[in-house]
Amino acid sequence: MDFDSWAFPGIACAYNNRRGNLAARSGGSRTPGAHCGLATGGRVSEIVVESVSKLWGATKAVDAVSFTAAAGQLLVLLGPSGCGKSTTLRLIAGLEAASAGRIRIGGRDVTDLPPAQRGLSMVFQSYALFPHLSVAENILFGLKVRKVPATERAARLQRVASLLGLDTLLERRPSQLSGGQQQRVALGRAIIAETPVCLMDEPLSNLDAQLRQDMRREIRGLQQKLGITMVYVTHDQTEAMSMADQVILLRQGRIEQDAAPAELYARPATTFTARFIGTPPMNLIALADGAAGAVVRGSDGPALFDDKGDGLLAGIRPEDIRIAERQGVPARIVTVEYLGADSVAACTIGDQPIAVRTPGRLNLKPAAAVSLLWSPAALHLFDAATGRRVDDDRLRRVRDRAFVASA
Amino acid sequence: MNRANMHVWGWLLLLPAAALLALFTHYPALATILHSLYSTARPNRPSRFIGLDQYATMLDDPVFHQVLWNNTIFALGTIPASIALALLMAVWVNDRLAGRGFLRLAYFTPTILPMIAVANIWMFFYTPDYGLVDQIAGLFGFARHNWLGSRDTVLGCLIVLTIWKEAGFFMIFYLAALQQMPPNLAEAAALEGASRWTFFRRVTFPLVMPTTLFVLINAVINSFRLVDHIVAMTKGGPDNASSLLLYYIFEVGFKYWDTGYAAALTVVLLALLAGLATAQFLYLDKRVHYR
Ligand SMILES: Nc1ncnc2c1ncn2[C@@H]1O[C@H](COP(=O)(O)OP(=O)(O)OP(=O)(O)O)[C@@H](O)[C@H]1O
Ligand SMILES: [Mg+2]
Repeated sequence: MDFDSWAFPGIACAYNNRRGNLAARSGGSRTPGAHCGLATGGRVSEIVVESVSKLWGATKAVDAVSFTAAAGQLLVLLGPSGCGKSTTLRLIAGLEAASAGRIRIGGRDVTDLPPAQRGLSMVFQSYALFPHLSVAENILFGLKVRKVPATERAARLQRVASLLGLDTLLERRPSQLSGGQQQRVALGRAIIAETPVCLMDEPLSNLDAQLRQDMRREIRGLQQKLGITMVYVTHDQTEAMSMADQVILLRQGRIEQDAAPAELYARPATTFTARFIGTPPMNLIALADGAAGAVVRGSDGPALFDDKGDGLLAGIRPEDIRIAERQGVPARIVTVEYLGADSVAACTIGDQPIAVRTPGRLNLKPAAAVSLLWSPAALHLFDAATGRRVDDDRLRRVRDRAFVASA
Repeated sequence: MNRANMHVWGWLLLLPAAALLALFTHYPALATILHSLYSTARPNRPSRFIGLDQYATMLDDPVFHQVLWNNTIFALGTIPASIALALLMAVWVNDRLAGRGFLRLAYFTPTILPMIAVANIWMFFYTPDYGLVDQIAGLFGFARHNWLGSRDTVLGCLIVLTIWKEAGFFMIFYLAALQQMPPNLAEAAALEGASRWTFFRRVTFPLVMPTTLFVLINAVINSFRLVDHIVAMTKGGPDNASSLLLYYIFEVGFKYWDTGYAAALTVVLLALLAGLATAQFLYLDKRVHYR
């Protein structure tokens, strides 16, 4: 989707106005949703997924997945392409039938109910707006189907339209809207239903960076204000980290880790998680036994810590590594990428690649010799065979006996 | 290449197609109009200019009135029914159901068959006593009936046959249109609790409107263009009860060799079709395109 250069400021402006309105109207009220009448009535709307599987022939798109989205929470399903995010979402929506397992919404078993009876709304990745209907008719479609009286329809449309800044666009057709505006219509269609549960499938994937950031904040704000239980699918980790209360990282139909964003970043449970979260992601360096302790494989020291190193992977985030003159682990620069606020240097220690992220501009030529330092707390350890994080006790012992320490 | 040169090139490239079109479409149409203003040449009387005399004859020609009336009934009987049936079948075979490939083929088969073959099949259906229709009617205690031999039923028989043949053809266009529709529209509607009928009425039908216009124009043209089944089955009989305008033109032109009158009838047919097509475009085009 592209925006003409002159069209874009218009959108940004509408957005800003709306922010202003919202802030003004919220006044001092702290109660989420209390002022706008779009609250979901405090209904309990916890989503429980119990060992749900979905088979397409022999492929397991979703494989015995269990999780809970607490009422009023924003849960993100994160994972690489084809890992089963959309399928999981469609199973919750009832657009696909589960091969096994149960799904409960608000304490009610909905596994065998048709989509309409599950009390949820959904924003499709491609918006799924009806191209021949105006914005107003698109938003009102569901209310008309459910025969909501005309006066109430008009009132609800008015509220939703002003909430989303669509007041002036109500008569347009979807094809006459920008991508961001279409997305807001899709959002409007979902929230006017006033369902306690809302599902979103990569709703921002078609937007440019600026608009995406705005919409991210907007959706999160709306979700919190209305107390909606939201399941949000994305493959963009930034989106997941910035919006979620809880993140479920999927991999080939299985849950890799189910944790809060901070936890996912601070304590990745597997090497997969470690490689998925962070830009650039966590370095995973193979270790070996050395004379004085564990050394980076293919190098002759110095030892990182006083213990065995064989069969272990050391995990260190690029942003936790410092480049020093001496004292640290000797490394060699391969390339330096300047990103504006910071630089990412690709280095090697022995035969292991390692990325280093440092603030500002780094003036080092390829093949330059450097020394790398990090604090013991930045060190994570994984079992190379299973890919699992080593247990906390062992990690604590290792961190206590670390040699490389940043001053 | 400069601008003028480009235009020359463009015209040169268009020339072969334009020449063929002019030679075989535009010239004959104009020649027909001219021809209709002259009397038919007879061995003892050469052709001469008679102005609109042929058209005056037409106004008093009871057979012409009859075939025009027949054609109106035929059009009204075949067009809405075949379009509705086509849409119904398309929606049906567009669904995810077991054996839909087979079903699509089955619905499309009548279209592949030549009209003469179709006529043969239906001749058997309509045969008195032994025919399928009479046999089934017999099971319910109805008396035998000469379906094609009776003034009251012959046109109806041709209408049924034509619907059967046309619906499959139109279904293909609707099927193509339905496949263009993103499947998540149906899913979005299902989430809102829309019934199948509501979804059809509010979404599917409006979205296939452009196809409906296209199909409608084709159906109108076909209702004036089909003669094969009349030639094969009834020869316009009994007593012109199943004769349509084009078949009458054929009879006048190539049985009675009154080519001047046939030319005049052809002009009327052309004018009728052009008028109908224009009216459809002007009236429907506005409400068809939603973009
Ligand atoms: N209708 C289908 N028939 C067969 N296989 C399917 C079908 N839909 C999905 N799959 C398979 O199931 C797996 C999960 O698909 P899904 O659409 O859930 O992935 P996703 O995580 O949403 O990926 P993306 O980020 O690319 O959208 C994939 O391997 C896919 O090929
Ligand atoms: Mg997907």
